[in-house]
Amino acid sequence: MWPLSSDALIEIDHVSFGYDSSRLILNDLSLRFMRGKVTAVLGNSGCGKTTLLRLIGGVHAANAGRVVFDGEVIDVRDRAQLYRLRRRLGMLFQFGALFTDLTVYDNVAFPLREMTDLPEGMIHDIVLMKLNAVGLRGAAPLKISEVSGGMARRVALARAIALDPELIMYDEPFAGLDLISMGVAAKLIRTLNDVTGATSLVISHDVPECMAISDWVVLMAGGGRLVAQGTPEELMNSTDPEVRQFVRGEPDGPVKFHYPAPDIAADFGMTGLARGKAAAGGGR
Amino acid sequence: MNWLALIGARALAMLGGWGRAAIFFVDLLAALPASLRRFSLVVVQIHAIGNRSLLIILASGMAVGFVLALQLYNTLITFGAAESLGLVVNLSLVRELGPVVTALLFAGRAGTSLTAEIGLMKAGEQIAALELMAIDPRQRVLAPRFLAGIISMPLLAILFSAIGILGAWLVAVGLIGIDAGNFWSIQQNAVDVWRDVGNGVVKSAVFGVICTAVALYQGYETEATPEGVAYATTRTVVISSLAVLGADFILTALMFSAPR
Repeated sequence: MWPLSSDALIEIDHVSFGYDSSRLILNDLSLRFMRGKVTAVLGNSGCGKTTLLRLIGGVHAANAGRVVFDGEVIDVRDRAQLYRLRRRLGMLFQFGALFTDLTVYDNVAFPLREMTDLPEGMIHDIVLMKLNAVGLRGAAPLKISEVSGGMARRVALARAIALDPELIMYDEPFAGLDLISMGVAAKLIRTLNDVTGATSLVISHDVPECMAISDWVVLMAGGGRLVAQGTPEELMNSTDPEVRQFVRGEPDGPVKFHYPAPDIAADFGMTGLARGKAAAGGGR
Repeated sequence: MNWLALIGARALAMLGGWGRAAIFFVDLLAALPASLRRFSLVVVQIHAIGNRSLLIILASGMAVGFVLALQLYNTLITFGAAESLGLVVNLSLVRELGPVVTALLFAGRAGTSLTAEIGLMKAGEQIAALELMAIDPRQRVLAPRFLAGIISMPLLAILFSAIGILGAWLVAVGLIGIDAGNFWSIQQNAVDVWRDVGNGVVKSAVFGVICTAVALYQGYETEATPEGVAYATTRTVVISSLAVLGADFILTALMFSAPR
């Protein structure tokens, strides 16, 4: 069922985007992300998922179409509007994007110190609350180089939620994590969404975790094409071959195993040989 | 017609590059008032790029002073003007060698470190993270470093010249045997604090703008890969050095072309 427009916090309206004019990453894409829900955008690497997050964050401007945040069309040229909207969102980067010269505590305190006039005592309490929410209160004094990849991702999550954003965007939150860290990350995304009432947007290619925690799943393919969307159950039970291939992780199907290439005989220099044989056969 | 299109594309790319650099520079200037309001960020950067360049600046200044005294004595003695050694050393250092050599060393020591730092922040998505936290990286990261570079360069150049003069004194008075009173008094008489020392300081402030802006721009515009950062640091040294030498000629022509 297609969500109603008024319930959507983010609307992607016929958006096309390419880093250069010759190759479009997103092509006439339309999506809606519902308030208070966890929406997962699934797709192969390079299908434009991260680009979609960057468009919502106003890092890039769409070549065509519009991105609407809570009824306001994002205009990247209007820096005042852009910064006002960005204050309402938090983003978890794929590799954390933590400040390596700061401690865990100072990383989480960073947005609070920069964006608010709160006294240091209150910042201290908020930072410890956020770190406690991700289970890392004890790691507050550690340097970023002293925490593991999974812990760094949780520190980044604590930083992303430091200012209680309305929209939390997760860029590949499960990539490169061991199974335990992956389970922890998935549980945190769901719990934080339910506790804070925020809207969550998860970009990933990890099907089981996303299916387990999402309210709505969007499946994208190369060129930013929308393949399907629906509840996790609807997609898991889909009979569409492309959806089935993706959710079951089959190596070949509608999405080809081979990158488009010229004829294999031509690449191995066997076309002349084939012609010669054919000519010899014809002469007999 | 392919070559014509190629020349056109190259010219457009070059003009585009200059345009981006100009916009970056204007943005940097616009972000300066914000960093003045949070001067503690600038102080941290003065320590990082100024204080940590002290050793190489002082060592080079001393070496240049030693060599200047030896070389100039050999030439001046031929004309019976060995007593002018202090004056020539002083003017060479405060007008030219101090600002220029300091700027070249600064580009190599602090400029490359700035480019690599900003480039790696970009590669590690820290710049993008700031942007998405609604924190302007120009105000928070670039402007404090820019201001620190502009403040540090004249201080380093003054120290370079001072230590160079001391080095020349050691060689001239201690080694060659020139009269110490003569060495200092001729400087006191003939060196003008505004025309000579002042113009040298103005020069080094201009070089501070050039070296720091180039280093920050190269870091900010770098391709976020190891090769991109390596290439950007090299470009920082080459472009800063050439720009400093070019600007030095123009500034010298403006400041010292008329005889006193």
